Amino acid sequence: LQESESDTKLDGETASDSESKSEFGGSSPVPTSDDTPEVLNRALSNLSSRWKNWWVRGILTLAMITFFFIIIYLGPMVLMTIVMCVQIKCFHEIITIGYNVYHSYDLPWFRTLSWYFLLCVNYFFYGETVTDYFFTLVQREEPLRILSKYHRFISFALYLTGFCMFVLSLVKKHYRLQFYMFGWTHVTLLIIVTQSHLIIHNLFEGMIWFIVPISCVICNDIMAYMFGFFFGRTPLIKLSPKKTWEGFIGGFFSTVLFGLLLSYVMSGYRCFTCPVEFNNDTNSFTVDCEPSELFQLQEYNIPVVLQSVVGWKTVRMYPFQIHSIALSTFASLIGPFGGFFASGFKRAFKIKDFANTIPGHGGIMDRFDCQYLMATFVNVYIASFIRGPNPSKLIQQFLTLRPDQQLHIFNTLKAHLVDRGILGSLEDA
Amino acid sequence: MSARRRRRAAAEQDEEEEEEDEAAEAGSDKEVDLEERLHELDLRNDSDIPDVPPPTDSTPEILKKALSGLSARWKNWWIRGILTLAMISGFFLIIYLGSFMLMLLVLSIQVKCYHEIITIGYRVYHSYDLPWFRSLSWYFLLCVNYFFYGETVADYFATFVQRREQLQFLIRYHRFISFALYLTGFCMFVLSLVKKHYRLQFYMFAWTHVTLLITVTQSHLVIQNLFEGMIWFLVPISSVICNDITAYIFGFFFGRTPLIKLSPKKTWEGFIGGFFSTVVFGFIFSYFLAQYQYFVCPVEYNSETNRFVTECEPSELFQMKKYSVPPLLQAVLGWETVNMYPFQMHSFALSTFASLIGPFGGFFASGFKRAFKIKDFADTIPGHGGIMDRFDCQYLMATFVHVYITSFIRGPNPSKLLKQLLILQPEQQLSVYKTLKSHLVEKGILQPSLRV
Repeated sequence: LQESESDTKLDGETASDSESKSEFGGSSPVPTSDDTPEVLNRALSNLSSRWKNWWVRGILTLAMITFFFIIIYLGPMVLMTIVMCVQIKCFHEIITIGYNVYHSYDLPWFRTLSWYFLLCVNYFFYGETVTDYFFTLVQREEPLRILSKYHRFISFALYLTGFCMFVLSLVKKHYRLQFYMFGWTHVTLLIIVTQSHLIIHNLFEGMIWFIVPISCVICNDIMAYMFGFFFGRTPLIKLSPKKTWEGFIGGFFSTVLFGLLLSYVMSGYRCFTCPVEFNNDTNSFTVDCEPSELFQLQEYNIPVVLQSVVGWKTVRMYPFQIHSIALSTFASLIGPFGGFFASGFKRAFKIKDFANTIPGHGGIMDRFDCQYLMATFVNVYIASFIRGPNPSKLIQQFLTLRPDQQLHIFNTLKAHLVDRGILGSLEDA
Repeated sequence: MSARRRRRAAAEQDEEEEEEDEAAEAGSDKEVDLEERLHELDLRNDSDIPDVPPPTDSTPEILKKALSGLSARWKNWWIRGILTLAMISGFFLIIYLGSFMLMLLVLSIQVKCYHEIITIGYRVYHSYDLPWFRSLSWYFLLCVNYFFYGETVADYFATFVQRREQLQFLIRYHRFISFALYLTGFCMFVLSLVKKHYRLQFYMFAWTHVTLLITVTQSHLVIQNLFEGMIWFLVPISSVICNDITAYIFGFFFGRTPLIKLSPKKTWEGFIGGFFSTVVFGFIFSYFLAQYQYFVCPVEYNSETNRFVTECEPSELFQMKKYSVPPLLQAVLGWETVNMYPFQMHSFALSTFASLIGPFGGFFASGFKRAFKIKDFADTIPGHGGIMDRFDCQYLMATFVHVYITSFIRGPNPSKLLKQLLILQPEQQLSVYKTLKSHLVEKGILQPSLRV
C-alpha cells in the first residue's frame, strides 16, 4: 500500500487539513481534486484529519470488498466484464499519465490511435479465447467460423492499419513525442492487456484460481500494513520508506495461513472448483462437473516436527491447499515487487497516485499494481503443474491435419498407449 | 560544446531535484523550481536532445585508395555498390551452407540489431553509466531468446530430446523456468532503482522491452518461416530487397511526385514501378526455386544422422498445375493455359505486401531516425549504415509471412501436436485415442479391423 494522504492540490498550496509528504516535492504536474463524496465529508467533518482519512479509506475498502463478493455471486460472465472494465480503466490511467508527462494531449490522432490499438489487441486475445473455449458455438455460426479460421490474419491486418495510420500521422515537429507515445502505448498494452487476459484464462480454469490469488495479494497488502503499523521498525527498501521487514514477514505468514483457510472453504463448493464451460443447449455458462482430484479431501501425514506442535497425526486436506501455499508465497514475496515497480514509476514521473478514481485510495492502477505479476504467475503455474493441454483443442487441431499426418500421429499414440499398458492389447475397441 | 553544457545543466537539475525531495516546501521559489522541473520533462521541442556525433567513416582503406581518383558522388555509389554485391554474395553462400547456418545468421543479426537500438537509447538518455543497466538489457535479451527457442525450436528436436532426461525436464517446465528467469531480471531492475535516476531507468526499461518486442519476436518468426521451407524465407526477403532496389531505380530515372513528407526521396513513380517489378520478380524467382526439394521441403532434424535434412515429397503447392489464363490476358499473352506452381499465386500476395506495406516499415525507421536526430542506426556497413538500416523494411514482412502461413497454408504442426498428446493424463489420452479412431474409421483412413 502506498500510503496516500488524501488529496494533492496544486503546487504551492497544501491541503488545508491533511499532511502531505514532502518526498514528492509536494507538487506534481497534474493537480488532482478532492473526490470524496459530500455526504462522507459532512459525516466525518468533526473528526481530526488523520482519523478522517482512515475512515474514508476504511469505508472505501469495505465497499470494494463487498462489491467483489457481489460480482463473484453474479457469476463468471459478470466477472469477465468487470475484468475488462478494470483493464480499460487502467489503460486509460496510464495513457493519461503519458499525455501529461509529454504534454502531448493535443497531438494529432494520438488519442484515437491509442484506443484503436487497445481495441485491436483485445480483439486478438478475445478471439483466441473464444475460439478455444467456445469451439462448438463457433462452428455452428457461419460468420463466427470464418472469423475464427482467419482470426490471426484479421487481427494482424487491423493492427497493421493502425501502424500505417501512425506512420502517416507523423508530423514534422513532433516526431520524438509521437514515438514516445507509441512506445508508451505498446508497453502499457503489453502490461495491462496481456495480464487481464491471463486473468480471464485463470478464471475459466475455475473461479478458485481467480479468487484465491487476488485475495492473497489483497490480504498481503493489508496484513503487511497492519504488522508494519504495530511492529514496524526496520525499513525494507529505499524505494518505499514505509515498508518494513516486520510487515513483510508478518504479511507473509498471515497470507499463507489465510490462503490455506480460504482454499479449504472454497474447495468444498463446485461452483468455485469446476472449469467454466459453455453449455450449447442452454447457451449459458455452467460450472458443474466432477471435482478433479485436486479438490478431493485426502489424508496427509503431518511431519513429525509439527506433530508435537499441532497434536494431530494426520490431517485431511485438499491437495489444492498445497498449491495455495505456492500461490500465497508468491503473492507475499514477489508480488510486492510489482508494488515497488509502481512506486518507482510514480516517483520517476512525480505523481502521487495514478489517478483519483477511488477516494482515499487513488486510481484503479494503485489497487492493482501488485496483482499484475500474480496473474502471470498463476497462469504459468497452471500451465506447468496443473493441467496439461486442452484435449478438445488438440482434437480440433488434429482434424485439420492431412490424412497421412493423422495416421502417423494415431499410430504413434497407439504405440505409446500400448507401451504404457493403458491400452490392453492390439484388439482394444 | 552544447552537449557538454546540456549535460552540466542536467546534472544541476538532478541536484536540485534531490534538494527539493529532502527539504520542506518553501513558498516563493516554488514557481522557479516548477519551471525547471517541467522544462526537464518538457519535450515539446526536439531541441533538448544533443546531436549524436557523426559516425566515423569505417570504409576500409583499400577501397578508399582504389576509388581515390573518382569524384565524391561516384565514390559513394561505388562503395554502396560493392558492399551490396558483397552482402548478396554472403547471403548466397550461407544459403548454400544450409538451414542451420541460416538460423545462426538470423540470430546474429537479431543480436546486432538489438545492440544498435539499445546503444541509441543510451545516447539519447545519456544513460551509459546507469548502474546495472547494460547487464540487465543483455540479460533480458537472453531470457526472451531462451523462451522463444524453447517454444519453437525444441519442437523440431523432439526425438533428440526424448533421449535425454535433463532436457525432458527443461522442456516440460519450460514456461515456468523462463518466467522465473524473467522475474529475476525484473526484481533486479526494481532493486537497482537509484534515487536520482528513476525516470532514466524506467525509460531504458521500456526502451529495452519495446526493442525486444520488435527485434526478437520478428527474428523468431523468421526462423519459424525458415523451418517451414527455405522458400518461405528466401522469397519474402528477396522481394523486399528487390522492392528497395527497383523503387530506387525507378525513382532515380522517372521520379517526380513525392510520396510522403517523411522521406523526401521517395516518389510515387518509384513506388508503383517498384510494385510491378517486385511482383514479376517474385513470380519468376518462385518458379525457379519451387523446383528444388532443397528449398521447398520443411526442415527436419534427422536424429540418426544428427543433421538437418530437407527431403520430402513436395506438397501440392509445389507441383505444377495447369491454370486457364483469363480471357483478358489471353489476348495479351497469346496462351490459353499456363503451367504454374500454386505457390506462385501465394508469391503474388507476398510481393504485394512487400511493395505496399513493407515501405511503411522503412518510413517508421526514417521517422525514428529523425525523431532522435541520427543519420543511421550505426555504421557497421560502410556506405549503408547499420544492420537495422538494411532490415527496417523486413520486420513487418516476417510477421506477415508467418501469419499468412498459419492462416492459409499449413495447419498445426504435427510433431507439436504429438508432443502435447503425450503429456496428457492417461484417461484423457485414452478418450482422445477413441475419438481419433472413430474419426479415422469414419473417413476411411483407417480400416476397421480387429487387429491393426
